Amino acid sequence: MIVNHALYIAYKDLKTEFRTKQMLNSMIIFSLLVIIIFSFSFADFLTDQDLITMVAPGILWISFLFAGMLGLSRSFAGEKEEGCLDGLKLCPCERTSLFQGKVISSTVLMFIMELFTIPLFIVLFDYTITGIPLLVLIILLGTLGFMFVGTLLSALTVNTRTREILLPVLIFPVLIPVIISSVTATSKILTGVGFANITEEIQILVIYDVIFFIVAQLVFEYVIED
Amino acid sequence: MALISIEELYKSFGNFRVLQDINLEVEKGEFVTIFGPNGAGKTTLIKILATLVSPTSGDVVVNGFDVREKPIDVRRSIGVISHDTYLYHELTAVENLRFYGQMYEIECIEERIRDVISRVGLAHRRNHRVGTFSRGMKQRLSIARAILHNPVILLLDEPYTGLDQHASAIFDKIMQQLGTEHITRIMISHDIERGLELCNRAFILNNGSFVNEVTRDKISSIEEYRGVYEHLVTGEQ
Repeated sequence: MIVNHALYIAYKDLKTEFRTKQMLNSMIIFSLLVIIIFSFSFADFLTDQDLITMVAPGILWISFLFAGMLGLSRSFAGEKEEGCLDGLKLCPCERTSLFQGKVISSTVLMFIMELFTIPLFIVLFDYTITGIPLLVLIILLGTLGFMFVGTLLSALTVNTRTREILLPVLIFPVLIPVIISSVTATSKILTGVGFANITEEIQILVIYDVIFFIVAQLVFEYVIED
Repeated sequence: MALISIEELYKSFGNFRVLQDINLEVEKGEFVTIFGPNGAGKTTLIKILATLVSPTSGDVVVNGFDVREKPIDVRRSIGVISHDTYLYHELTAVENLRFYGQMYEIECIEERIRDVISRVGLAHRRNHRVGTFSRGMKQRLSIARAILHNPVILLLDEPYTGLDQHASAIFDKIMQQLGTEHITRIMISHDIERGLELCNRAFILNNGSFVNEVTRDKISSIEEYRGVYEHLVTGEQ
């Protein structure tokens, strides 16, 4: 079954990562540093709640996406060592299970990083915690959109010498709808509005996620071929 | 019926033709070695048989399955041993085999792992991380990985790369054992001496085409074959 194969790949990736913690540590430290640097940069304006409400959600998503890029760039590149990518491609399963497995493992790492980042963000930017379920929903949808596109492009660039440079250049233009919708929705949630006020952003994120999941399923076989 | 059948195979990358008019039939239990210089197309040929690369034209049938139409069945029939080991350094020997065993949906997986890891002489290192293994040990574990699902065909892509003489001798011994089980083997190699020692038939691939085919019993000496190889590949006598 495709799902089983995807879970085996994700489990293998997470086991490897939790053993070395190379990527997870880098992602967490990087995202925390981004939040800390921005909070110091805006220290003079932290009392101006309107200004902070405008810029802080953007800062939060910058920290998520930039830290997430670190993980994505290694998602397939790590498999190139000892030719493991060919080893996976030789397994008797649909190649899309490789995509799904990578999405699952990268998303888990991203969620762990986000779990560390959000409390620091709330403390440093002096937010009162409201609308947590909605915030979780937006982070889930935004992260999935990022992972569907990011994993596909990570596979596309894995055989290029300049993949670390090429991946962000390719990914961010494609991610604009996710970034704008996630930042706008997060901003609204942090000002205390309810579900009815963010339905538009949720719709965009859901449609984006569905489209890119389907696109990835259709093209991944060709993307990953030598 | 041949276990591997290639008819009029052509492969191009863009305008560059890598393989042209390749025809090959390999019977069950045969050991075929393909020699050739760098860039001759040997690795591309192995990759096509392994479904890692699609042919541009021609028919390639492995264990009765067309590589384009039934790639998953082809992959289930083959094991690949390459100079790359396809092993994860952070996982132990057993964890690597368990992962591949799950991917191949092997039943009684722990029993099978115990069996193959003993055959390659690594039972004492089964719970050690692969990153701590020598090159020879990794290659032996790579054999265990490749035969884990009982493939009927083994594809060997320059398996001696980086092995010292002792490790190469162990590798040969395991290959000979697999021969007694009638596993069909296709090896590509630069090493004429070692390649001839194991094979039943030898081919020379140059500029994307087979330029020589000979059965092992027709080769009177390695020096003679080396002379033929050099003549065909470099034009030297």
